[in-house]
Amino acid sequence: MNALKNSFQKLFYYPSAMLGIFVILLLVFTAIYAMIKIPYREAIRLWRGGEEVWYQNPKFAPPSWINLFSKKKYAESFSVRTSDGTITKEVTPGAEGTSTISASYTFDFASDYYPQDMILYLTSKYQAKQPFISVEWLTPDGRKIRIVNTVLSQKQTYRFSQDAKLQTKLKTDNVIPALFSDPETHDLIRGKYQLLITGATFEPDSDINVEYVFHGQVYGLAGTDQARRDLVVPLLWGAPIALAFGLIASLGTSVLTMVIAAVGTWYGGWIDELIQRITEINLVLPFFSILIMIGTFYSRSIWVILGATILLNIFTGSIKAYRSIFVQVKESMYIEAARAYGASSPRIVFLYLIPRMIPLLIPGLVSSVPAFVFLEASLALLGLGDPVLPTWGKIIEDANANGALYRGYYYWILEPATLLMITGLGFAMLGFALDRIFNPKLREV
Amino acid sequence: MAVVAQPTLEKAAPKKGRHENTFTRVSRYVVLRLLTLFVTVVISIYLTVMIANMGGFVDKIMKGEIRDRVTGSIAGNTAYLKMDPAVRQKLINDRIAAEEERIGLNIPVAVRNFRYMSNALTLQLGRAINMTSDSGSKQVRLILLERLPATLLLMGVSQLFLFFSSVFLALNLSRRYGSFWDKLVVTLSPTSAVPPWFYGIFLILIFAALFKILPFGGMVDSPPPSNSIDYSLSVLKHLTLPAIALILSSFFLSIYNYRTFFLIYSSEDYVEMAKAKGLPARDVEQRYILRPTLPNIITNFALLIITLWSGALFTETVFLWPGLGRTLYQAIGLYDIPIIVGSTIIYAYLLAITVFLLDFIYALVDPRVKIGG
Repeated sequence: MNALKNSFQKLFYYPSAMLGIFVILLLVFTAIYAMIKIPYREAIRLWRGGEEVWYQNPKFAPPSWINLFSKKKYAESFSVRTSDGTITKEVTPGAEGTSTISASYTFDFASDYYPQDMILYLTSKYQAKQPFISVEWLTPDGRKIRIVNTVLSQKQTYRFSQDAKLQTKLKTDNVIPALFSDPETHDLIRGKYQLLITGATFEPDSDINVEYVFHGQVYGLAGTDQARRDLVVPLLWGAPIALAFGLIASLGTSVLTMVIAAVGTWYGGWIDELIQRITEINLVLPFFSILIMIGTFYSRSIWVILGATILLNIFTGSIKAYRSIFVQVKESMYIEAARAYGASSPRIVFLYLIPRMIPLLIPGLVSSVPAFVFLEASLALLGLGDPVLPTWGKIIEDANANGALYRGYYYWILEPATLLMITGLGFAMLGFALDRIFNPKLREV
Repeated sequence: MAVVAQPTLEKAAPKKGRHENTFTRVSRYVVLRLLTLFVTVVISIYLTVMIANMGGFVDKIMKGEIRDRVTGSIAGNTAYLKMDPAVRQKLINDRIAAEEERIGLNIPVAVRNFRYMSNALTLQLGRAINMTSDSGSKQVRLILLERLPATLLLMGVSQLFLFFSSVFLALNLSRRYGSFWDKLVVTLSPTSAVPPWFYGIFLILIFAALFKILPFGGMVDSPPPSNSIDYSLSVLKHLTLPAIALILSSFFLSIYNYRTFFLIYSSEDYVEMAKAKGLPARDVEQRYILRPTLPNIITNFALLIITLWSGALFTETVFLWPGLGRTLYQAIGLYDIPIIVGSTIIYAYLLAITVFLLDFIYALVDPRVKIGG
């Protein structure tokens, strides 16, 4: 045990190992943060959600931080509503149960592009008499444009760009640019814009709520995809899934391989023979084709794929490598001694043979994690990812299916790809360093 | 691909008491080995057929598809509109039965699995269910043969380059142990944890999307150039990115592995001895370092040849390269079992033949190894 501790202390001499450990710790924290911040059910709901969950976001919006790298600034998307106080609403009661409602939202518009669209989601509560609403638009140069006057139903959506009346009034087909530019020169005007909403209700319990959605070109920390989903959710949740898949698969594979090799070598005879034959058959089976077949014909659940991966990876070349070492270890003196004092076979296998091999197991285990993390991503790329879970591979698949590279949505591929790459490199760097520490023969030469 | 196998010296002959005729020993070994390999191939192919058929699950999908297609084609045909509904229904049922018989769905699953297997073993790859070759044939053999050149081109260029360049560079590095380049390779070797298709995406992004100097994917411009020089130039242009992706993803690890391997062998006592004798460095390298590593290098080369055949499934898919890997993926998507089984069987056979031949090649290059000893 002390030797093991010493070996781990040697890690400090390897900068790449420290970097690897740092990356892995960062991933673990991200994973924990993701699971606390967005509980599993919520994450699935968000990832599977359609328009009803994500209507506030524009489609294919790059993350807002690309403004840092671009000379021309893109408009940032936002949404505000009266229900949570982001738009302040004032209710002035009038005579006979009527009331006047006024709400306004002022925002600073500083981008070099017109927003894609603006939408008002209006909800109202009434018994018989429908409330009335009027919307006005105040530009920085002091013009006041009347947008719409309408009677409200329970639930109503108003899209600025699709209003024919507004189009005639502004004498243009493109309402949004007209609202944000000078009527004479057609130049874009930056500055404080104000949306003024005045409503009137005619019943005591009647109420109006407004949500103002502004679709710019960019959105949030990670951008959005074809279904308007905020990519922060799958990027965050990709971490625990990738870690779980990679670690479980590599742990399962290497431990089972080692145990089976140890059992086979110790008992010998037909068990050993059987293990060797299974290994030969398994080597002939095409691994990826079988995984793809299982994914296509049977189940795409990540757990089924994980199980199949482990099963197909047990009987590989490494079982032969372990076996050849176990054959030597089996003959060593301490095993002889254990046998002499009457240790049982399972005791020898699990307490004497296998612990001897832990130095070999650990580097192999860490180094094989990236392969499994990328396996999940590769299967997702072919459309065989878990249909429910948000993973990094699924983002790449969506991006690839929507031609992200052809259409210039680079952020969409680069974000998950960078995370995958960092994860893979983190484990690989640590694994390499461990390998050189635990197998000094490679280091000494 | 980039795995340097440890030397398997299991066959190193333990001294036996009685003398045996070399011919009987070798022939007995050959027969036994061929038998075990054959059984291995049979079992693995049966397993593939079974998984490909997934307990008859695929049959249901295919039956449903046939019903859908036949009903649709008859309902959509105006000539049948005036027909009596009962007669038309009978026509539909007859057509479905004929179609199911054509594919062989009327035979029980277990029997069909055996039939698939025995056909596969005798290399009668049969006819594809849904896929056709570009020339319009449904013969699995023709479909696979048609895609083979594309795969061989891509994999041949990348893997052969990878093999020779990494052996050559590794040998150079092992001479200059601890130099800057050596350290660089060691530092960069973890980059091989990333699969080729992943590098492919980055390469497409940089060279196709941003700089627009190389194509996004495919194998040749559309429409293909008519003269053969332009045609090969166009193929070369399309080949660049996938080949680089494949090379890049194993390059450093491959060099690192061979280098470590050469270093281990060059620290042997007999190498020191040879150096002490004053032999020229070139002779030491060729006779004392390269010679004992030959079996491993041959193993790697043989395994490399097999990967040429199986193709690079994901890389071909990302680059839309019309090779075997992508065909296999398409076949799985179309539930085209004959093609899946066909490519598996060829892979299995090739692997078995390679394993068999390797035993003899070992004996040729390594005097310590004795066949059937």
